[in-house]
Amino acid sequence: MSEAAATGIGASVRRREDVRFITGSGRFTDDLTQPGQTYAVFLRSPYARARIGEIDVSEALATEGVIAVLTGRDMAADGLGDLPCGWLVKQKDGSDMISAPHPPLATEVANYVGEPYGLVIAESLAAARQAAECVMADFEELDAVVDLATAVDSSQIHEGVPGNRAYDWEIGDREATEAALAGAAHVTRIDLTNNRLIPNAMEPRAALGVYDPAGDDYTLYTTSQNPHLERLVLSAFVQVAPEHKLRVIAPDVGGGFGSKIFIYAEETAVIWASRRVGRPVKWTAERSESFLADAHGRDHITHAELGLDAEGNFTALKVQTSANLGAYLSTFGSSVPTYLYGTLMAGQYRTPNIYVEVQGIYTNTAPVDAYRGAGRPEATYVVERIVETAARELGTDPAELRRRNMIRPDQFPYETPVALVYDTGDYEAGLDRALALVDYAGFPARRAASEAAGKRRGIGLACYIEACGLAPSQLAIQLGAGVGLYESGEVRVNPTGSVTVFTGSHSHGQGHETTFAQVVSDRLGVPFESVEVVHGDTGRVEFGLGTYGSRSLAVGGSALIAATDKVIAKGKRIAAHMLEAQESDVEFADGNFVVRDSNQSLSFGEVAFAAYVPANYPEDLEPGLSEKAFYDPENFTYPAGTHIAEVEIEEETGVVRLVNFVAVDDFGHVINPMIVDGQVHGGLAQGAGQALLEHGVYDDYGQLQTGSYMDYCMPRADDVPDFVVDTTVTPCTHNPLGVKGCGEAGAIGSPAAIMNAVTDALGVNDISMPATAEKVWRALRA
Amino acid sequence: MKVALNVNGTDRELEVPDNTLLVDLLREHLRLTGTHVGCDTSQCGACTVHLNGRSVKSCTVLAAHAEGAEVVTIEGIGAPDDLHPMQEAFRDCHALQCGFCTPGMIMSAIDLVNQSDDLDNQAVREGLEGNICRCTGYHNIVRAVLQAAEKM
Repeated sequence: MSEAAATGIGASVRRREDVRFITGSGRFTDDLTQPGQTYAVFLRSPYARARIGEIDVSEALATEGVIAVLTGRDMAADGLGDLPCGWLVKQKDGSDMISAPHPPLATEVANYVGEPYGLVIAESLAAARQAAECVMADFEELDAVVDLATAVDSSQIHEGVPGNRAYDWEIGDREATEAALAGAAHVTRIDLTNNRLIPNAMEPRAALGVYDPAGDDYTLYTTSQNPHLERLVLSAFVQVAPEHKLRVIAPDVGGGFGSKIFIYAEETAVIWASRRVGRPVKWTAERSESFLADAHGRDHITHAELGLDAEGNFTALKVQTSANLGAYLSTFGSSVPTYLYGTLMAGQYRTPNIYVEVQGIYTNTAPVDAYRGAGRPEATYVVERIVETAARELGTDPAELRRRNMIRPDQFPYETPVALVYDTGDYEAGLDRALALVDYAGFPARRAASEAAGKRRGIGLACYIEACGLAPSQLAIQLGAGVGLYESGEVRVNPTGSVTVFTGSHSHGQGHETTFAQVVSDRLGVPFESVEVVHGDTGRVEFGLGTYGSRSLAVGGSALIAATDKVIAKGKRIAAHMLEAQESDVEFADGNFVVRDSNQSLSFGEVAFAAYVPANYPEDLEPGLSEKAFYDPENFTYPAGTHIAEVEIEEETGVVRLVNFVAVDDFGHVINPMIVDGQVHGGLAQGAGQALLEHGVYDDYGQLQTGSYMDYCMPRADDVPDFVVDTTVTPCTHNPLGVKGCGEAGAIGSPAAIMNAVTDALGVNDISMPATAEKVWRALRA
Repeated sequence: MKVALNVNGTDRELEVPDNTLLVDLLREHLRLTGTHVGCDTSQCGACTVHLNGRSVKSCTVLAAHAEGAEVVTIEGIGAPDDLHPMQEAFRDCHALQCGFCTPGMIMSAIDLVNQSDDLDNQAVREGLEGNICRCTGYHNIVRAVLQAAEKM
């Protein structure tokens, strides 16, 4: 294999970031130390809803080593603003959603257990912890609203928010959908809950704020998936510091899965406090704080109805959902159960009439926002559970009912009744490949073998679609987004011909340092080793929107391609001048600028050197070879695929074992298959966790019952099988690499597939996630 | 309190508060930040190191307990140009993504291989039950441990 083939597009290059992680030299936020550093411990509400009275800090202040005790009232007195929600959802009647004020630190009322209302800063972590215990705050406990199903009829949490309803939103044609349901030959009805999840990136959130009086500027090291957005919000909305005086660095970040997109109280407080105390302030969450105060995910209650004609064609889908938004609207919390959910209800099917209405509800629980998949797993769960249920009711093979209704390859671009235009896909190809890999035809024999051993066995499918590559900025802004959703990239060719790439995407496990280097090295024909990728630092990268929604390669990678194209274009001008040829006669291939039909050529390195040492150089051209680009996608990308789960259930214990899982995904072109497979594996385990193990539970008083790894069941190595993963390829039609994004697919398709398998095994359809041994045991005896 | 111990082959004598945990001695006093803290209930295993040759969760060991002991951390098992077979296998098999659980996972896996003769897929999965990874779905970690076991 040639060197380029070994490292170029399509090669499973080993990751360059691995060496530092496997040798212990990674640099996570908590690993960093600043001279004179102090330590912060947050004061958190022990109640789900309480009025905060007097806060007596005298004893805490008298504790040895304590430097300051600051509260939300101090922050308000300094004029800091609220944490904003970045997506304004319009209600059915055209009015704006109701966004309750969200001060970074609670001032008068705390609205969930764990909500911070102050912080203690001390010379050591031990001193800060000890002093935090001595802060005496008077709380007047108020009635907590915890249950999503009854929240609209409960006491009102926020002033100005009747019925605790942030919004009542809809998409699709209600009248046409109801008419089609009324005329359907068969209607399948289903009630579903989508369980609350707690993201649990393995690195807890952390922040280290440093104020430098010399330049009156601030540096914030923090666990962020999008440091530029962090800087924008902290400057424009919270007004901690002007944007040009604030540098945000997200160094190595230990996983995010959405939970590190959002702008939280803690980093806001430490950067503010660093100026108050005149020293660096560091905070690292304990895991219990992660459980209490990281934004949670999912948490829906849904009723859905699917109409079918006599031939089994879907005629209508109506979905009504209550979405728990928690106590405040987190950064993107409003968009997840609306534009990232309702718009996905066509799935892979030609369903002609769709109507979705969603009520976004406040409760006295932690804010809920994007978690891996963000709205799309919830949508897939509705569509694929109801389709599977319909097949069972009609006695049709679930795979064949899906096949009959799938959008066919010749129907693209396909406009759905819920606002999206799918550019391309071949859904049957994915279905067929998955059925073959799982040996669908052999399932009855495997079931018989399990039954002979005293076990139930079930199989379940999910044919998902997702909308990734967020997003065309104008469309997103029309729909309420507060920022554009393009991405920036810079390709800086150094005088020696090596290349430094700056991307606004952020890698926290995805391997961008490798993948993006593959892309740029492939395009410029320079060695992989000569391409360095820089990300995660507002002081080095011009701008960026960060990494979420499986967008990094589709949007961030496209920006790099655009910048690379500019580099090549400028290089052609330089080469043409040096070779005394017409610019139009210069071609660039395999790292060389070649004059067409001649033996004259210059290497990329020679042209780079000439750009910085412009001896023989076009008069009207600036020296240097460094180009920037902003790429704004034309459309979403639409990864899709078929996931099939097979489970075995022990009759005696109710224990469900996931014994086989096949995922066939269409991500368009793949740059690094090894990394893509790994992304799918991880998503599948998270989906298996949602289906079988994980559940964020509050009691009636709003106390989190699942606040540690002793109570919240994370998937461990022996909870999941080896996964069988494969891909089909229909390249995205509207980005230069033909890529769609792979980060979330695993978590999107798998919960529905697994629950379809569990219900198939049980012969009982009404069981909610997670299908724990207890629930399954009871279902077996019902 | 004075603690004398050997860390990664070097004898160390440190003055630490009595209630210091081994993980804090490593991270805060010796600045060996490869050992991570991922939870507060001894569940996640990110802090796993070797104490006298066996894996322990260093968040659950007092520094005082390590008096006179030999401690090996992720920084002590190999170097970028001389990787331990387990480190090499993790890299080969793409057994890490964000890298946060990785040091603990590698230290646990080395002990697992050292203690077992006939590891198979299921035995590796059960043996790593004390280490949580949120990124990889464990698939490639299991492959890596089995690959390294061949070479160790």
